[in-house]
Amino acid sequence: MSGTFLGTPAFPTAARAALEDSQLRRNLAHATATIRTKRGGVVGEVDEWEQLRLAGEAIKNRVLRHLPRYLEQLERSLTAAGATVHWARDAAEANAIVVDIARRHETDEVVKVKSMATQEIELNDALEAAGIHAWETDLAELIVQLGDDLPSHILVPAIHRNRAEIREIFLREMSRAGRPAPADLTDEPKQLAAAARAHLREKFLRAKVAVSGANFAVAETGTLTVVESEGNGRMCLTLPEVLVSVVGIEKVLPTFADLDVMLQLLPRSSTGERMNPYTSTWTGVTPGDGPQEVHVVLLDNGRTDVLADPTGRQALRCIRCSACLNVCPVYERTGGHAYGSVYPGPIGAILTPQLRGVGSDPQTDSLPYASSLCGACFEVCPVRIDIPEVLVHLRSEVVEAHQQASRVPSVQDMAMKAASWTLSSSARTGAAEKAAGWGGRLAARIGRTAPGGRNVLGAIPGGPAGAWSDSRDVPVPAAESFRQWWERTDGGHRDDGGAGNANGNDGGNGDRR
Amino acid sequence: MPRVGLMVTCLNDALFPDTGKAVVTLLRRLGVEVEFPAAQTCCGQPMVNTGYVADAVPLVRNHLDAFAGCDAIIAPSGSCAGSVRHQHGMVAERSGDPGLVRGVENAPPTYELTEYLVDVLGTTDVGAYFPHRVTYHPTCHSLRMLGVGDRPARLLRAVRGLTLLDLPGDAECCGFGGTFAVKNAETSIAMGNDKARHVRETGAEVLVAGDNSCLMHIGGLLSRQRSGVRVMHLAEILASTEPVITGRAERAADPTSVGSATPEAGTAPREQETVR
Ligand code: SF4
Repeated sequence: MSGTFLGTPAFPTAARAALEDSQLRRNLAHATATIRTKRGGVVGEVDEWEQLRLAGEAIKNRVLRHLPRYLEQLERSLTAAGATVHWARDAAEANAIVVDIARRHETDEVVKVKSMATQEIELNDALEAAGIHAWETDLAELIVQLGDDLPSHILVPAIHRNRAEIREIFLREMSRAGRPAPADLTDEPKQLAAAARAHLREKFLRAKVAVSGANFAVAETGTLTVVESEGNGRMCLTLPEVLVSVVGIEKVLPTFADLDVMLQLLPRSSTGERMNPYTSTWTGVTPGDGPQEVHVVLLDNGRTDVLADPTGRQALRCIRCSACLNVCPVYERTGGHAYGSVYPGPIGAILTPQLRGVGSDPQTDSLPYASSLCGACFEVCPVRIDIPEVLVHLRSEVVEAHQQASRVPSVQDMAMKAASWTLSSSARTGAAEKAAGWGGRLAARIGRTAPGGRNVLGAIPGGPAGAWSDSRDVPVPAAESFRQWWERTDGGHRDDGGAGNANGNDGGNGDRR
Repeated sequence: MPRVGLMVTCLNDALFPDTGKAVVTLLRRLGVEVEFPAAQTCCGQPMVNTGYVADAVPLVRNHLDAFAGCDAIIAPSGSCAGSVRHQHGMVAERSGDPGLVRGVENAPPTYELTEYLVDVLGTTDVGAYFPHRVTYHPTCHSLRMLGVGDRPARLLRAVRGLTLLDLPGDAECCGFGGTFAVKNAETSIAMGNDKARHVRETGAEVLVAGDNSCLMHIGGLLSRQRSGVRVMHLAEILASTEPVITGRAERAADPTSVGSATPEAGTAPREQETVR
């Protein structure tokens, strides 16, 4: 089950499918608008929200500054509390550790609480290859898994599905994976949830091994935390005999008190709730209560590379709240699959290229450009990640990587060089404007005047102008640039009766009349 | 008297000179004698945002030289003012030239037009007259990079005759985003079409914004859709006075001109659509 993002085309192409799917566009627009409004409401209630954000940012920055120290402390605390700590450099190592633990317990199935880290390393596929079924227990995650689909949102992986589609999937697939859905299932949310509950309950009670992620890991006490809405996670964390948690190394927090800040920021930012319904914390093994064998896999998988980049490292502050996805106008229209990674939206556009390495493939390199740099993501991010700054930074890395890989400059390289040369001198700029102005006068003859007197052209075939003019009228360069006007009229002090601007308009009109 | 330099921006210079002229008219009316340092060109934002930071270095240097003698810089663009304030430091840093870093640190303060009017001149009523229904799009960089807040709305509300209509989803990006509009044209257009639809829903005759780049994108869609809504830079509205700018009246009499929105009685409609 569960596919992979391998082979996803570059963003502009991958986005097309979503842009053409009106149902998907509706689902996304509705879902993101709903969460956005809820978030806005509960964030607005907190007077010191900005202070909280600053505190969240500061805590995470401290973690990143002293990461080795806090990780070693976490390992000590965890070990002292009876947990076994494993270190995994990459996905392969992490998967091997989990497969090995499951094998030792002679089980052919594990239950999972939604975890981004295990999706990132594609643990389910690795387990499957070893003959072990991994059952997702988060409702949305279950929908994605049963539908043989890919997640498209950090928090609501099935955000792209509507109720009718979910009913279809349950009726068709549940019987293959365990307890079937009732034959008279409707698309009422209550009924859908009940079907999932009955289906999952069986799995919880049977599974010997559970796999989880963690939202936070407290170095001082060795406490892991999972924050969730449904309680399925808590079932996973308490019922099985063995618990394996795969935790990204950036999830560590120095002290228990730091949880205070994070647990205020996270639910408000992610689900728009003052507090999430279930917050589970566990510290190693408690004899006679809960899992009696607890493993923690501390996962690097590219994170130390991200840490090494002074601008890019702020992406490691991310607490996966998904607020940036929900406000992103690009995400809202393209959905998560277009990003070709378990981390979609603005955070995916900066995290994925850093984890995979810029310059590795065209799909990855298209991600930093999948943004209009509108800045809405930074505005909502609870830990103040300046996503636009990182996007621009990564764009320069993409350009550099390409220039290093190829001796022949690209069309874009040459265009930028030429523009830089022209625009670094006012004489050259003025000359170019004059040429454009002549062109503009010519173009104005075949164009038309848009309301307000701006001259525009219709569709122009081919090239960047074509991409622009497919749906938008193109403005025509003014017959007389501002600098020409200033010079001719001495900044408007001399009579403005001269060429091209008799009607005080964007040049061109006078000539045409 | 302080020397105030107009940073007209390369886009306005070449494509929308009327915006620059409007700023000059407006500031003069308010008693500010604005200069146009002729050596200026482009702030370098297009290069920076596309990933060509090194190619922006000569532009930043040129910008600093051009405005060296000024006490303040005014730009009729939230985006370009934002770039000067927030990107020049990074470009200088990356150039490895300590002189350039110092130059950026000591550069005159750069104001977006509405910031200068409200914060420095301390005025919201600039004596404008514009008897039309207008809706305002707060461009992302004005809104978020600069935080101009409600300054533009306060200025617009003080314009005599003007009706300011709320734009649904106003804070959402129009989808321009510089090279984004070309590199991700389809997504950009999808965003722009939603913005254009919201604009039409308001029933406004004019869409106004503080950035001609976004207006070029939204206006290009509105114009292709033959919506009849015209786009104007905020400066052009603030510069308008009674009687309406000369030369417009005769165009109103032009039999080929089609005024799509209803102009108020007694005023010359500025909109026209001449189809050749
Ligand atoms: S980048 Fe910020 S807003 Fe986006 S998911 Fe991470 S913490 Fe949330």
